[in-house]
Amino acid sequence: MECQFALTGKGYVIVASDTTAARSIVKMKDDEDKIKTLGPHMLMSYSGEPGDTVQFAEYIERNLRLHQIRYHHPLRPSSAASWIRRQLADSLRSRSPYAVNLLVGGYDIATSEPHLYWIDYLGTMAHIPFAAQGYGSYFALSLLDRYHNPEASLEEGLETLRRCISEVEKRLIVGLGKFKVKVVDRNGTREIEL
Amino acid sequence: MSIMEYNGGSVVAMVGKNCVAIASDLRLGNQALNVATFDKIFPVTDRIYIGLSGLATDVSTLRERFRFRVNMYTIKEEREIEPATFAHLVSSTLYEKRFGPFFIEPVIAGISSPSRGSKPFIAAADLIGCLNFAKDFVVAGTASSELFGIAEGLWEPDLEPEDLFETISQTLLNAVDRDAFSGWGAVVHVITPDRVITRTLKGRMD
Repeated sequence: MECQFALTGKGYVIVASDTTAARSIVKMKDDEDKIKTLGPHMLMSYSGEPGDTVQFAEYIERNLRLHQIRYHHPLRPSSAASWIRRQLADSLRSRSPYAVNLLVGGYDIATSEPHLYWIDYLGTMAHIPFAAQGYGSYFALSLLDRYHNPEASLEEGLETLRRCISEVEKRLIVGLGKFKVKVVDRNGTREIEL
Repeated sequence: MSIMEYNGGSVVAMVGKNCVAIASDLRLGNQALNVATFDKIFPVTDRIYIGLSGLATDVSTLRERFRFRVNMYTIKEEREIEPATFAHLVSSTLYEKRFGPFFIEPVIAGISSPSRGSKPFIAAADLIGCLNFAKDFVVAGTASSELFGIAEGLWEPDLEPEDLFETISQTLLNAVDRDAFSGWGAVVHVITPDRVITRTLKGRMD
């Protein structure tokens, strides 16, 4: 029942995720951070099979950090997303595949462009201006089709995000509580209070 | 539901007079939900294009694998690969995974090199590499039945590049309009001995 959104705007990517950690009927935690920072200008939100999610996300985070240490230079968003996709695609036909869905948002400082990648547990990757994972996608994608503006300022982007979140609050049978929102732009990554 | 229908998408290729055309829709879906526009046709060389319909993760994986294999071929042989040879390369790559296949139906379109007569070439394969060297057109994907029907009606031999473009475009657009899992835009590449013209079609976005 996890829900994650991401959208690009003028020089930024917003990534938002619910903060609920639940099993069956029990909500264990309501301040879980499901958005990892992969580098100075990259965020990744993850959802899916509990355990797999954190294991895979930390594996990705550590390996991207290792790349940065080795080569004194972080991977660009498109290369990182491609590498991450490759890890999931290789895992798919292994003995025990990772069941993790991701949204990878990054700011490419070489071209000054924001990039967003939707990657599912099979290793399907799509490069798109806005995305959602989980049941929330059924409610949010059409709202984003209508209200998303790729040249929007950060305030307008957050307003669009608020629309998506309130729609999910209204119509999803499970209450998801607070959403954690992070932004990546040319100055780096930071968390935002909605 | 079948794994070949999970993401949706269709590809078609046709032969004309000294030209070939290959076209696909742009839909990437998650069963019934549309997720993104996703190009399924990739250039292999200047004169060969491959369209991959089926499971999207395998489309990306195979694109990378074919790029690697064709690069190795070019380095070792010191010449560009011919379309027929590439078709066999596709076939052997897929058959390697005979008992755990990639869920892909490839469609290949190209023109052979000038030293071999600049002949138009199309081929298709199933997910384990069985090749089909058609003389007229090949189809693949969730709208393959629809594509067969319309292509059979509209195709005729020796179409000039402009007419071939119209024919393949109408074939694709009308076929995907009848299929729920294909559509969301379309792209057509017309390959002639001296250039490739790529056009994006305006289609129903439902």
